[in-house]
Amino acid sequence: MTEGILIGLTTALSFQNIFMVMIGCFFGTIIGMLPGLGPMTAIALMIPITYGFDPATGLILMAGVYYGAVFGGSTSSILLNAPGVPGTVATSFDGYPMAQQGKAGKALAIAAWSSFAGGTLSAIYLLFMAPSLSKVSLSFRSPDYFALMILGLTAIAAFSSKGQFLKAMMMVVLGLMLASVGQDSLSDITRFTFDNMNLTDGISFVLVVMSTFAMSEALTIILKRNDPTAAAKQVSLTELGSIRINKEERGKMYRTIPRSSVIGFLIGVLPGAGATIASFLAYGMERNLVKDEEKEKFGKGSVNGLSAPETANNAACSGSFVPMLTLGIPGSGTTAVMLGALLGFGIQPGPRLYMTNPEIFWSVIMSMYIGMVILLILNLPLIPYIARILAVPKNYLIPLILFFSITGIYVMSFNNFDIYLMIGIAVVATFLRLYDFPMPPLILAFVLGGLMEENLRRSLLLSNGSWEFLWDRTLTICILVTTILIVLWHIYKTLTKK
Amino acid sequence: MNINTTKIISLLFFIFSAFYLYTAYQIQVFAFDENAPFNARTFPIYLGYAGLFFSGLKLILPDPDTIKVEHRTLEYKKTALLILVAIIYGATILKVGYFLTTSLFLFASYYFLGERRWVLMFLLSFPFVAGFMYLLHGVLEIYLRDPFLKSIGVMG
Repeated sequence: MTEGILIGLTTALSFQNIFMVMIGCFFGTIIGMLPGLGPMTAIALMIPITYGFDPATGLILMAGVYYGAVFGGSTSSILLNAPGVPGTVATSFDGYPMAQQGKAGKALAIAAWSSFAGGTLSAIYLLFMAPSLSKVSLSFRSPDYFALMILGLTAIAAFSSKGQFLKAMMMVVLGLMLASVGQDSLSDITRFTFDNMNLTDGISFVLVVMSTFAMSEALTIILKRNDPTAAAKQVSLTELGSIRINKEERGKMYRTIPRSSVIGFLIGVLPGAGATIASFLAYGMERNLVKDEEKEKFGKGSVNGLSAPETANNAACSGSFVPMLTLGIPGSGTTAVMLGALLGFGIQPGPRLYMTNPEIFWSVIMSMYIGMVILLILNLPLIPYIARILAVPKNYLIPLILFFSITGIYVMSFNNFDIYLMIGIAVVATFLRLYDFPMPPLILAFVLGGLMEENLRRSLLLSNGSWEFLWDRTLTICILVTTILIVLWHIYKTLTKK
Repeated sequence: MNINTTKIISLLFFIFSAFYLYTAYQIQVFAFDENAPFNARTFPIYLGYAGLFFSGLKLILPDPDTIKVEHRTLEYKKTALLILVAIIYGATILKVGYFLTTSLFLFASYYFLGERRWVLMFLLSFPFVAGFMYLLHGVLEIYLRDPFLKSIGVMG
């Protein structure tokens, strides 16, 4: 492991990679700040650029964007009460009241330090957990992987927003259907191409991500007449107050950060769960653990109430890398996008990644530390200036998002058909978004489609066409039982809500 | 049964799944693969049935969280214009080239979204695209085809 850490450090500390982390954090912070545009959009817009680099640098850049976007989301939560990403909704509960009391600078500083501590602690957990889990996952067979993918897809659907399970499952199926277009990987037989040569190689992953996220988010903003920057015009983004945190406040943070980082990391590791659930759970747990006197302050500008979700959402980001790096199965939409990008580099993440490509495995983990430091250095002094991006009119913002999306596809294929297909998928996705059909399950399914078919093929061939492989191994049964429990839990929650 | 737009979308998805399933059954597989436990049409067939199952459930189960969209408040005109501009952009980019079409696409998009500050619109289209092209083509060495710039001798 020491050798791996040294390889990772050497790669992550190269000038180019540090620069990439900085660019990623900066760009991610800006995109994350804009309500409606989350880390998936930010990463999607970066993918075409990452193909100009080696895989380690590309992944480091995307990881920087991810952290930056989550932190940027908390800035708009605190300053505008308009969370840039769902994972920072809980941040606004106490961050915004604090800002209204004239302590915006302090709230941003608490958020920055909590994010830094949460991210750093969880990167340490990841450092120790990832290699162990990789060794365990070497014992996984095709039926286990197939069951694990069913678990991941069911979990992301079950954890999607209220009462959307069936809609999310429809999106999962749609994602798998889109992934099935093109040549079958084993027999080379073309499927669903309707004799169109442009579809023979299947639909590009970048095209699907760009159209369902970047482009359709831009179209949704126009269609709904939303202005992500409107709220910024109502507040002063330059007079944020002092960023100093006093001794009493530091004391509160010392107690909150370790427990919130643990819960955030563990939730992040679970497939389908992520920063949003982690931040809400950490907020709820913190409220139950503090003294009655502090409990009264929750929702009115509590330091604990702000620190807990901020720590947890950053810890969850690191946690979500565990299933992706060790099992090759992304636990969230964002890591699914990263997995797709890695596959584009010709690298198959999984239990053998840390043996076959140690520089990628370890440099990503090491760059997380560097990313956290850079986020802290970048955000604390620069926040008043970065926050001004919130005042950029949507008349400029939307065309620029469309421009980056279309350029991203154009430079990859130089093909008009791909641009038309992208516009078509974006229009359908915009319409589906209007009626709350979630897009992350579609992306996760699209990325996993090929792997899922491959593992089902192997399992069925080994069992001579019998579905007995589902209950032949204890591990497969455990994973499937977990899947069933998640579905039952979801049904129970829906029934009790009524 | 209460018909709402979510149900209509589910119905459309049901029809789409049925079509997908039909097409899946039409996939031509090799003769020796016809009776194999798994061939090129096996997974799509399962997907077709899964699509029918979930959309069917959505259709028949009550929908307590009905999403109501106020269509009168939606900005259809600007959205349609943007999509049209994007289609024209896609149709001309290969023939005309990246620089001119992208700059015009950005300029037109700003205009259709209501922007009228001409200088800013110009700066954020032509010089911006030129800078971005330099980043892609010059720095990152990502090839960009541009017949227009080639015809005036700017690009080799």
